[in-house]
Amino acid sequence: MEIKFTHHQSAHCENGVVSNLMKHNGFNISEPMVFGIGSGLLFCYIPLLMVNHAPAITYRAMPGFIFKRFAKRVGIKIKREKFKDPKKAKTRLDENLNKNNPVGLQVGVYNLAYFPDEYRFHFNAHNLVVYGKQDDTYLISDPVMEGVTTLTDKQLEKVRFAKGAFAPKGHIYYPTDFPKELELESAIKKGIKQTCREMLAPMPIVGVKGIRTIAKLIRKWPKKKGVKVANHYLGQIVRMQEEIGTGGGGFRYIFAAFLQESSKILNNDKLAELSKEMTQIGDLWRDFAVDASRIYKNRAAKTDGYNDVADQLDIIADKEEIFFKKLKKAI
Amino acid sequence: MKKNEVPQDKSNLESANFKELCYAVDENGEYTTVNSTGWDPKTIALDNAIEEINARVADAKNRVQNNQTSPIEYYMELHKMDINILASYVGIWKWRVKRHFKPSVFKKLSNKILQKYADIFEVSVEQLKKLEHGN
Repeated sequence: MEIKFTHHQSAHCENGVVSNLMKHNGFNISEPMVFGIGSGLLFCYIPLLMVNHAPAITYRAMPGFIFKRFAKRVGIKIKREKFKDPKKAKTRLDENLNKNNPVGLQVGVYNLAYFPDEYRFHFNAHNLVVYGKQDDTYLISDPVMEGVTTLTDKQLEKVRFAKGAFAPKGHIYYPTDFPKELELESAIKKGIKQTCREMLAPMPIVGVKGIRTIAKLIRKWPKKKGVKVANHYLGQIVRMQEEIGTGGGGFRYIFAAFLQESSKILNNDKLAELSKEMTQIGDLWRDFAVDASRIYKNRAAKTDGYNDVADQLDIIADKEEIFFKKLKKAI
Repeated sequence: MKKNEVPQDKSNLESANFKELCYAVDENGEYTTVNSTGWDPKTIALDNAIEEINARVADAKNRVQNNQTSPIEYYMELHKMDINILASYVGIWKWRVKRHFKPSVFKKLSNKILQKYADIFEVSVEQLKKLEHGN
């Protein structure tokens, strides 16, 4: 059986699943809208946690948070379930498909058969939509892919029950209740306010201050850890920033797109101006990635290079600090 | 980033016939989405990360052959895992997994435990012991 479901490619999986499920239910909500209302933008360094043998840095909110906040702010209700038993997880999925209800699933990337091998890491916060089943093959709409795809029930069970950090535990979710009209205006304001609060938080690992902390660490790495490890760490930062799903520039461009769309909804010209400013900041992040890649490309780099890219991050931090203070006042 | 500046570099996405979505502004300053075949700075970062993993796998293989570690560590590296991830997959405490890296301990492991590891690595117990794998 196949549910009539329109697949739209998106940059990021979580926004994409939400946006596609909303569109399926008759609400034309773009990916940047979901991202902005859900306060997806962030910078956070998580000390002590190592990912792929390098420090963990994220440019976005915790997996699941974007949808949760989005739902609360626009007034929709979501049903979520996790399972211990893979059989029960499968039964619940099939029940929903039989009821013509496409559902979102959280899955691990490592065993996702249709992903390019090089991209299959143990990352457990990927999201996709299942919109049908033919024999024992599930029809999959993975928002980061250009078109729809399929997974056998064995393959699907494996990715739904991937282990490690953020293990999905068969996590299934779908909207159950919608208001007559979405409360977009207040939702946008709430989303922006929280992003400003987090980016300006007085904590050394979050937001603007987190960026400065990373800049400091980058200066220390070559001496403390050696060039090889320093390069690996630097590469990891660039990967987190530009990985599939960020839309480029560590989500800064998606956020700028959100501000542009919001300026029309709220009739607020200041947001359109700030959108342009965010685009420029996104370009600075891209420049940082280019210069960082020059360092880890030729392995015998000078320590100057590290100081240079750290300077770039400090400049970005200054600009973002001014930016989010202005944004806070603009709404 | 302007629409015409979205990079279209060669990357490993090509093999899977896969293009990713980027956000960029068009001639009128309006945001739009553009598909990208890849971007060199991140391709290099990814290539380096994969090289790093390959080096870890080769190193583990060496140490297995020199009887310094057990094949479990080799398979763990081959599957891009670390001890935390492996421990949660097999459902065995981290310190015990670490102990299973010792060749002397590995030799005495029961078939039941070996089977657990073999299932996770998708090999037979024989292959697990002999450091052979399907591909």
